[in-house]
Amino acid sequence: MSGSVNRVEFTREMKKDYTILTPNMAPIHFELIKNVFNSFGYHLDLLHTTGREIVDEGLKYVHNDTCYPALLSIGQLMHALHSGRYDLNKVALIMTQTGGGCRASNYIHLLRKALKKDGLDYIPVISLNLSGMEQNSGFKMTLPMLRRAIAALTYGDLLMLLKNQTRPYERNPGQSAGLVQEWIQKLTGLFEAGRAFTQREVRAYFDQIAQSFADIPVDRSISRTKVGIVGEIYVKYSALANNGLEEFLFGQGCEVMVPGIMGFMIFKVDNRLEDIALYGGSPAKKQLCTMLKWYFSKFESDLIGAVKKFPQFTAPAPYAHLKQLAGQVIGYGCKMGEGWLLTAEVMELIENGYQNVVCTQPFGCLPNHIVGKGMIRKVKNVYPQANIVPIDYDPSATRVNQENRIKLMLSVAGA
Amino acid sequence: MRIGLDVGSTTLKCVVYEGESLVFQEYERHLSQVAEKASEMLRRVMERFPGEKRAKLCVSGSAGMGLSEDLGIPFVQEVYATRTAVKKYLPQADVVVELGGEDAKILFLSGSMEVRMNGSCAGGTGAFIDQMATLLDMTPGELDQTAAQSQRTYSIASRCGVFAKSDIQALLNQGAQKDDVAASILLAVVNQTIAGLAQGREIAGNVVYLGGPLTFLPQLRRAFDSVLGLSGHCPENSLYYVAAGAALSEDSQEFALRAVTEKIRNYSSSHNYQSGQALFASAGEYEEFTARHQRDSVPTGAPLKRDRAAYVGVDAGSTTLKAVAINSAGEIVCSRYLPNNGNPVPLVLEFLQDLYRDYPGIQIVGSASTGYGEEIIKNAFGLDFGIVETMAHFTAARKFQPDVDFIIDIGGQDIKCFKIKNGAIDNIFLNEACSSGCGSFLQTFAGALGYSMHDFAQQGLFAKDPVDLGSRCTVFMNSSVKQAQKDGASLGSISAGLSMSVVKNALYKVIRVTDAKSLGRHIVVQGGTFLNDAVLRAFEQEIGQTVTRPSVAGLMGAYGAALYAKERQDQTGGTQSGVLKPQELAGFRHEVKSVNCGGCQNHCRLTVNTFANGGKYIAGNRCDKPLQKHSPTAKYNLYDYKKSLLASYPPCGGKRGVIGIPMGLNLFELYPFWHTFFTRLGFGVAASPASDRTLYLKGQHTIPSDTVCYPAKLMHGHIEALLEQKPDAIFYPCMSYNFDEGLGDNHYNCPVVAYYPEVLDANVAALAETKFIYDYVGPHRPRDFPKKMAAILAKYFPGLPPREVKAAAQAAYEEYAAYMGRVRQKGEEYLAYAKENGLPVVVLSGRPYHLDPEINHGIDKLICECGAVVVSEDSVSHLVEKFSTGVLNQWTYHARLYAAAQFVAQSQDPRLNLVQLVSFGCGVDAITGDEVRSILEAGGKIYTQIKIDEITNLGAVRIRLRSLFAALGLGE
Repeated sequence: MSGSVNRVEFTREMKKDYTILTPNMAPIHFELIKNVFNSFGYHLDLLHTTGREIVDEGLKYVHNDTCYPALLSIGQLMHALHSGRYDLNKVALIMTQTGGGCRASNYIHLLRKALKKDGLDYIPVISLNLSGMEQNSGFKMTLPMLRRAIAALTYGDLLMLLKNQTRPYERNPGQSAGLVQEWIQKLTGLFEAGRAFTQREVRAYFDQIAQSFADIPVDRSISRTKVGIVGEIYVKYSALANNGLEEFLFGQGCEVMVPGIMGFMIFKVDNRLEDIALYGGSPAKKQLCTMLKWYFSKFESDLIGAVKKFPQFTAPAPYAHLKQLAGQVIGYGCKMGEGWLLTAEVMELIENGYQNVVCTQPFGCLPNHIVGKGMIRKVKNVYPQANIVPIDYDPSATRVNQENRIKLMLSVAGA
Repeated sequence: MRIGLDVGSTTLKCVVYEGESLVFQEYERHLSQVAEKASEMLRRVMERFPGEKRAKLCVSGSAGMGLSEDLGIPFVQEVYATRTAVKKYLPQADVVVELGGEDAKILFLSGSMEVRMNGSCAGGTGAFIDQMATLLDMTPGELDQTAAQSQRTYSIASRCGVFAKSDIQALLNQGAQKDDVAASILLAVVNQTIAGLAQGREIAGNVVYLGGPLTFLPQLRRAFDSVLGLSGHCPENSLYYVAAGAALSEDSQEFALRAVTEKIRNYSSSHNYQSGQALFASAGEYEEFTARHQRDSVPTGAPLKRDRAAYVGVDAGSTTLKAVAINSAGEIVCSRYLPNNGNPVPLVLEFLQDLYRDYPGIQIVGSASTGYGEEIIKNAFGLDFGIVETMAHFTAARKFQPDVDFIIDIGGQDIKCFKIKNGAIDNIFLNEACSSGCGSFLQTFAGALGYSMHDFAQQGLFAKDPVDLGSRCTVFMNSSVKQAQKDGASLGSISAGLSMSVVKNALYKVIRVTDAKSLGRHIVVQGGTFLNDAVLRAFEQEIGQTVTRPSVAGLMGAYGAALYAKERQDQTGGTQSGVLKPQELAGFRHEVKSVNCGGCQNHCRLTVNTFANGGKYIAGNRCDKPLQKHSPTAKYNLYDYKKSLLASYPPCGGKRGVIGIPMGLNLFELYPFWHTFFTRLGFGVAASPASDRTLYLKGQHTIPSDTVCYPAKLMHGHIEALLEQKPDAIFYPCMSYNFDEGLGDNHYNCPVVAYYPEVLDANVAALAETKFIYDYVGPHRPRDFPKKMAAILAKYFPGLPPREVKAAAQAAYEEYAAYMGRVRQKGEEYLAYAKENGLPVVVLSGRPYHLDPEINHGIDKLICECGAVVVSEDSVSHLVEKFSTGVLNQWTYHARLYAAAQFVAQSQDPRLNLVQLVSFGCGVDAITGDEVRSILEAGGKIYTQIKIDEITNLGAVRIRLRSLFAALGLGE
């Protein structure tokens, strides 16, 4: 019921002509999702703004000790509102909300506080969540939308994975990045036409996508240091937050692997089932979770299947395997933030040949004290070859210090 | 020929090899002029070896990265370079400890190789020592020599330079000896290095010390030796290992020497750094600015009036001493503004002596002191009054600008801002220990770059592109500056940028304004830092309006104190100040003794100052005991009551074995629950001992994340202490959920409270030797709990009958409810007592673990000393109904906090106020703090937050509390 009293609802009327501003996190995924939403009559505008002004806006409107992702997403939205590019009476904002025990569940409220400080609290803010929090008459996650969104996320995972594994070896620089854009266009068109999101179609397009990346001329004799990136979900994906980590590593001659979003989705659903196992309750009430988990897992296994058809690509392990890995070192009850999944991703990366791992987190990220830095010792006991560097990100952590530490990790990798 | 160039954060090192032999080495501070200094150094190499036209070159060091990237010179990471050099010269080394300007590193070479580097928030480095030395008015070398004389050491926070500074300041103001403080600083560096970098791995065997601080400071090496219990070795050329490693690097490439030197000389970074608007676009603008501010000057050097009456005000601040004498018309007769060099007493002595000498026949009618050193000065010289700084500043500002509605004072270490409404202080903002970035920072930075503060600031006035350094704590600013240097920012741009960041820090971190333009209409700025034109200009630019800077901006505290003394004497008709007379001053003596207080088990280290007039000043105490004065409200402290309740669950034996429980985090509250649960089951229960510094140090080597909160870090010590007791098992369960008290939308624990047992299991190796029960439990579901718990316990103690577990759980729930009931009942009792007697009440709000005196540092007692009754958030949270908050109310502890705030806000009772305790590093409180503030402000209440960490300077807390009481017109 928090904040619900004065909450500005996003009404059906607004749906017609309001622009919904969306902060960016994972560029490929979010672009696809945006297009899905727009095909359902919404007008999402995915923000691509970068630069110091975003941080400055965030510092102004959000408590400076709040986590960096909140500061950046809210900063990006406030920056957009102040840009003069939008009619403030025809604009709404959207923010994801996980509902877990970490600070992230409060981002949306911090955004509302920021709006209030600025006298803009008439602007509706939509909570995007799967827990049924905060309903809006003008914004409904319908089943068809959900199905397309889930497909879009998985396509995003696949495109990101294949791009990362192709780009360091491509003979014509830029070709893999170009291919990603081509696919985004193509998939968007297909979604609009009501296609490419059923299980059967998805499987077919997965194969096509994998094939198209496999067709890019490459020189795999080039030696690349294999580096995995894990971390808090926003900092992990957002170049704005991690100071262009993927690009930096690419420039240092690395091939990167960034675990996808689908694993995180399954994890969040699975947590509800895990709660019942740990503390009691009736699984019958969580049938939706069981079903979602099953549904997500099918997409995941299709993705893995498509990648595995090409021996030059490394496929990620399925969720079930990650869970098994985590079980060696940490409890399944550890679910806030990225929870045990982060630890599991580190382990899976190492198993998969990416023994050098950058663990990214916002400075002072509470769950990462536990599942990131807190678990390095145990992970190293299992995999002595592990070469893990935790890096903190925040408005004033400097790139030079971050890069210096990553370079140290890379020198150890090369030794 | 092979050349290695190590461009560190503050120094430049160069090594040249001819074949296998080292033929050249040089070391100098680069004062941020990386390109010039590096090319000069290479030129010297060429002059020395005129025959060599080509050489292999490789760069290392954090400031060298930019050079290397842009000029295509190979780069080797410095830790890695060290390793290369150590392998060659010291193959027998097991561990290398290397401290640099701003980095600290440990390399474990034998066994599985590991390299560690300090994280982004770590101050225990060369720059830290430099800062501390400046504070003591010494060079680092002098600091080291002084430390050799030390008798004892104090605890100083070393994580963050700013924290340490306030600890040191407090020690100095209390009269601690400089040599002891110096030794304590070095010890703090050692503890920081070990805690931050060793992370559970033992530093043993053949240990090598490298880098500037360890080379130049023998006492620092000694401190490492004594803490590590070994004898480390600082090899010859210990400064040059990184440079040597670079020279020896396989990655180095051959260059034509002259060409590459030229290239470096002409190098100006191609990177763009973020820059802001220039402070002054033209000299004309500057002139207009200066002329405008000259209007706010006031006469000093006024004569005494015919009555020869004078009033003296002394402001013993953190880094400077200000003293003022005014005549009966309130005009300034004479003043002093001096660095206090750690001991304000002799400066005041001199001031008074001069005053008597220069103004024969002077009649000092009243006198008052303020600032950190208020008490010691008052006691030493028999001044009449003490006044809290905030009130002193307000008193002075009002004199200049009667309509003043906003005052901001940036001093050496503090930022103080207050809003004035209806002629009274309405809201106070003080900087938190971690974000100061104040005057002393500018000064230290200027010093590090080889300039005086004035010259340094002057450099920035006309810089075209001031660096945007953001608005965070000084440690971060150090690295921001490093980044700017790398990106080729000029000295002037850095200087202007620093001035701007001081301003932004004050505005956005301390006051947390969103619209800098709405601070007020009549703004008075004061404090020594604003005497700096660059800072003043940056402030006006940022808020977009002009402000009043009194010409005596630096003296306002002292001026206010003098005015206050006059006001008080005028009111009471006093005619004679108790301040020492000339003949008494002649025989003035000041002795300092250090003793351990025997009043209780805390054994505080007291500094006892004795003065010739019999005046005595005791510092270092956490409570009133050694002062032998008693506050009327000392008995009404709910924190004490809760502690006595917990003590009523004694350790005991049991037929099924003994369960050890670490007393920390959520167990502070759940102890009655688990104690009852296990004793009912036939187990004995042993708790870990009360926390103290020693216990913390015992566990610090296993802390994996140095930015986690202090309460969590303490758990490592509790586990070590429990292990020594050898219980049959240690019980510390993980708990995502807490009890649902019906106050919020959910009932989570914060991630750290919920899962810290996982961290302990992963990092405290010794736990493997015992049964460590850290399963996930859910007492929030009473119906499921017994069965689930029985299954968990069966893993460790087979054969426990589930029926007994069920009965024990039943008893545990009942006992927990009874315990919470007692706390609530006592809360109501205290509230009633306070109401009856018209006493102020502070709802000291934190979490259950803030009960720990090692965590709260006796702030509860301090509040009682101020004459207020103390109740806790959990003793009043039941007095309000669930209400809607502006944030997702999803943590049990914080739901209580919001409820307590609501209770205070709705009370309409000026006696009732809330103070929130926030542990440094508590991410959750970034959210709760703002929410609590808005709940309170909606009820017209002042919000006071106190940030606490491993060490907390109670002096600052005292100022904050007294300011609160003064603003409310309560107490004193």
